[in-house]
Amino acid sequence: METLLDILSWVSLSLGGLMVLIGGIGALRMPDLYTRMHAASVTDSMGAILVLVGIMLQAGLTLATIKLIAILLFLLISSPTSSNTLASAALLAGTRPFEEAHQSDEEDKE
Amino acid sequence: MIVIFGVVLLTLLVITAIAIVRTENLFVAVMLLGIASLFIAGNFFLLDAADVALTEAAIGAGISTVLFLSALALTSERERSKSSNKILSFTVVAVAALVLIYATFDKPRFGDPDAPVQTHVAPWYLEKTPEYIDIPNVVTAVLGSYRGYDTLGEVLVVFTAGIGVLFLLGSGAPLGSLPQEKINEGLRHHLIPRVVGRVLIPFILLFGLYVQFHGEYGPGGGFQAGAIIAAAIILFSLLEGEQRALSVLPARVLLGLVAFGPLLYLAVGIAGIVLGGNFLDYSVLSSDPVKGQQLGILLIEAGVGITVTGVLLSVFHAFAARGR
Repeated sequence: METLLDILSWVSLSLGGLMVLIGGIGALRMPDLYTRMHAASVTDSMGAILVLVGIMLQAGLTLATIKLIAILLFLLISSPTSSNTLASAALLAGTRPFEEAHQSDEEDKE
Repeated sequence: MIVIFGVVLLTLLVITAIAIVRTENLFVAVMLLGIASLFIAGNFFLLDAADVALTEAAIGAGISTVLFLSALALTSERERSKSSNKILSFTVVAVAALVLIYATFDKPRFGDPDAPVQTHVAPWYLEKTPEYIDIPNVVTAVLGSYRGYDTLGEVLVVFTAGIGVLFLLGSGAPLGSLPQEKINEGLRHHLIPRVVGRVLIPFILLFGLYVQFHGEYGPGGGFQAGAIIAAAIILFSLLEGEQRALSVLPARVLLGLVAFGPLLYLAVGIAGIVLGGNFLDYSVLSSDPVKGQQLGILLIEAGVGITVTGVLLSVFHAFAARGR
């Protein structure tokens, strides 16, 4: 049982780490703000869930787990909201989403 | 393992610091400062200084970013062209760095049990706290009782800084005299942040109170709690518009809080004298000295929290009033 829990928690932690890594690569490689935010925010939520579940499995049924659940709830509510707010602020400020046609126009000029 | 984490965090901190110096966009610099604070907080936590880490995260990464941003809203986003005297500034920085590096040679090794800091008063604090004050968090005992003078000084520094900023910025034009459309509506037209904010703000306030009154048992205390409560109210004014926040907590009330915090602290100190002890000696506050110590710490932490909340909110509103 102990080993099973350990394996599960480590799988969950590693997957979470992988998610965050993918999000980081996406944030660096994507062409514009919106796609970057999409890459970073979606994987970030999944990564947070997986990492926190991994720690919860390590902690067992203790007060720490309840605190972790509270942190998870807070992250699941606040992080998509902040992404949404950031995107709408960018749209208000006049940042246009990346478009393929737009890009080829600029290439034509060159 | 911990050492590796520490080295990674410190390396990232150095990279962030270099990026802050290099960037010419002040907005980017403010964001990087917040990240740097978060790295420092992580490092404090690795060194088992949970109280300091919490303070750094709440004030350094949280509130000061907001205050910097409100200051930036009043000026331009770009740095002014750099001064030409690069050699002089480089010399000053190099000399300061050399002095600091030279100073580290005298430092005891990390975690050395014979270091002066471990052999001076720290063992006494650790041994006698259960007997004299009987609270689990020795940091709060040191901060609130043994080094009560220092904390009083810190509160007065916060108080003075707040008053200074208010004098510099002024309290702005009274709201009533402004035309209606000029009043900042916040993000009231944006449904999602508003709804989520409404859900979260009560819990942030509750967490602030938890940090305030749980400081005797875990990491926490007045400074952190004040910053968290102020952050919740700043979030409220960003979402619902500033004048609604001001109608809940008017500027006059905030000024009252700024003054009331240090006064509460000093009153606890003077109560010690009146009841026959020394200044800031809490043992005489109750018939049982241990209970008296706990009561004194609770009261002065409340004073600290009230001061920090009041000062941070007053400064925020002063910046916002200048922006109108």
